[in-house]
Amino acid sequence: MSGQVLKGVMTYSEKLDLLLELVSGCRSLADRLGAPLSAVLIGGEVEENVRRKPIRYGADRVYVLEDPRLGSFDTETYKAALLKAFEEASPEILVIGGTKRGKELAPRVAAALEAGCMTDCVSLDLDEEGRLVGRRLTYGGSTVAEEVFVRKPQIATVPPGVFKKAEPTEREGEVIMLEAELPKPKVKVVERREKPRVGFRIEEAPIIVAAGRGFSKREDLKLAEELAEVLGAVVGATRPLAADYHWFKEWIGLSGRKVKPDLYIACGISGAIQHVAGIRDAKIIVAINKDEEAPIFEVADYAVVGDLYRVLPALTKALRERLKG
Amino acid sequence: MVEVIVLMKDIVDLAEIKTDPNTRRPILAGLPRKISDVDKRAVEAAIRLKEEYGGRVVVVSMGDEDTRMALKEALAMGADEAYLLMDQAFEGSDTLATSRVLAAAVKKIGRYDLILCGEMTLDGLSAQVGPRVAELLGIPQVTYARSIKVEGNRVVVERDLEEESEVVEAPMPALITVVREINEPRIPSLLSIMKASRKEIKVWGREDLGLSAEEVGSAGSAVKVLDVRAPPMERKRIIIKAETDEEAAEKLMERLISDGVLR
Repeated sequence: MSGQVLKGVMTYSEKLDLLLELVSGCRSLADRLGAPLSAVLIGGEVEENVRRKPIRYGADRVYVLEDPRLGSFDTETYKAALLKAFEEASPEILVIGGTKRGKELAPRVAAALEAGCMTDCVSLDLDEEGRLVGRRLTYGGSTVAEEVFVRKPQIATVPPGVFKKAEPTEREGEVIMLEAELPKPKVKVVERREKPRVGFRIEEAPIIVAAGRGFSKREDLKLAEELAEVLGAVVGATRPLAADYHWFKEWIGLSGRKVKPDLYIACGISGAIQHVAGIRDAKIIVAINKDEEAPIFEVADYAVVGDLYRVLPALTKALRERLKG
Repeated sequence: MVEVIVLMKDIVDLAEIKTDPNTRRPILAGLPRKISDVDKRAVEAAIRLKEEYGGRVVVVSMGDEDTRMALKEALAMGADEAYLLMDQAFEGSDTLATSRVLAAAVKKIGRYDLILCGEMTLDGLSAQVGPRVAELLGIPQVTYARSIKVEGNRVVVERDLEEESEVVEAPMPALITVVREINEPRIPSLLSIMKASRKEIKVWGREDLGLSAEEVGSAGSAVKVLDVRAPPMERKRIIIKAETDEEAAEKLMERLISDGVLR
C-alpha cells in the first residue's frame, strides 16, 4: 500500500444493525480527520431501501457489492468483495463488525493488505498525529490494552454494543455500485442449522441469577430458578455449565455473552477471569460461594460465604415475604 | 494419511496473574508459562486425527528458550516433530509480523494437509493468526471448529457461530481454528514424557526462514502496545457476616433494597 495516499474511514459488517452502529460511532473519527465516512454492503441482493440506510446514520458514501455469488457468507469471496470497496475508496481506517464472521474476515483482509489489525476494540480514538488508538481486552479479559497503529491502513474490529446507533436523519450521500472479480468458494456449507432461540436476550436482563459449578446436578438449578422468579430475573450460567454439561444454550463471559445488569447474583461461581470479564459492567455484583478463597469475591460488592444450597432458598424465602408486601 | 501442522503458543498462566495495586499493570515477570488452553486442544485434535487416519503431527511455536517446555509437552502428547522459531529479531511482533514468521515456517516444512491452531490465544485475544496464515499461504480456512473429520481429500468440520451451527467441507490443504469444546486434551504418561525429552527440537531463526529484518519484530509490525492495565473495578467488597443462612439472606436483601436494585 506504500506510496498511495489513504484517506477516510470505511465501515463494514454483514449484520446491518451492527453496520449502522459502526457508521454512527465512526462519524466523529471521520470528522476529526476531515475525511469521508463510507459503509460497505455486500450480499446476493441488497434492497433499495437498505442501500441508503447507512447515509441516514452518518455515512457519506455507500459501496454496494451485489452478486448472486455473495448470497451466503464465504470468507474468501467476501474478502474479495470488501477488498474491491477498499481499493475504490482507499480509506486509512477500516472498521469491521466484530461478529464471529467479521473476526474471521478482518485478519484475512488485513493479511492481504499487509496491514495491522486490532480485534474487539471497546473504544477507538485518534492521537495527536491522527493515528488510530484502540483499547481492547487482553490476558483473558483481566486487562485492557491501549494500542496504536504505526502504519496504515489501520484495521479494527468492534463488537456489537460498543457504539450506539445515532438518530437517523435525512442527509446527502452517494450510493456507489461496484462489481468485483469473485473467486469460486472453496469451502462448501453442507448443513446450516439455526440454533434454537433462547427467547430473550440476556444482555438486556436487569437482574441475572447466574449458576456456576457449585451446582452439582441439573435438577438443582431450580434453586436459581426460584430465586429468579421472585426477582423477575433471568437465569444465566458460566461456560462449563453450557459448553461442557449442556445445561444451557449460552454462557456469560468473555467468549459468550457480556452482560450489564443492575444486579448480578453469582451462585457457586468461582470467578475465572474470562467470566469476570463478561460481568464487569454489572452495577451490583453479589457472590455466593462456600469457598471463601474464591476469586469471585474480589470483584463482588456483597460476598456471602456459604453453601448455595442453603443460602439461595433462604434468600428466595426472605424476598418472597418482603416483595409480596 | 493426514499430515498436520499445529501452530501453538505458550502463554503465562492466566490464573496466576496479579496486578500491581498502584499502577494496575499486570505483573508478568517470573510467571509460569503453559500451552494456551485452546492451542493445546488443537494439538490434541491433530494427534487424534493421526491416530484415526495415520500420518504425522508437527508442532510449531514462535517463542524463546522457555518455549521448549511447551513443545516437549506437545511431543509427549504424541506430536512427531517440533520446531521452535526463535530470534531476537522476532521481539515485539504483532499479529502481522507473527503470521509472517509462522507462514514462512509452514512453507519451509512444506508437507501438510491441515494446519490447526486455537481460535485465539487467551493472552492476546486477537484471533487473527489462523486466518492471516491461511491468507499468506493462499489456502481456505474454517474457523471455530468443534469437530474435524477427514473424507478423502476433503475435511469436514462442524462449527459454531452466534446464531447458527454449520457443517462445512473444505478441500485440503486447509487451515482450521478450533474452539475449546473440541476435546479434552490427554495427560501424557511418564514414559512418553521421558521419550519426548530425548526428541530434538529444531530451532529456526529469521535467516533460516528467509525473512528480512524489516518483516519481523517491532520493525515489521503495524500495531504498538502503549499500555496494559487492569480496568478499575470499583466494588464495595462487603462481606455479609451472619450466624445463619437466614440472617445472611435478610442482611443481603436489606443491602440490595437500599441500593435500589430490586424492583
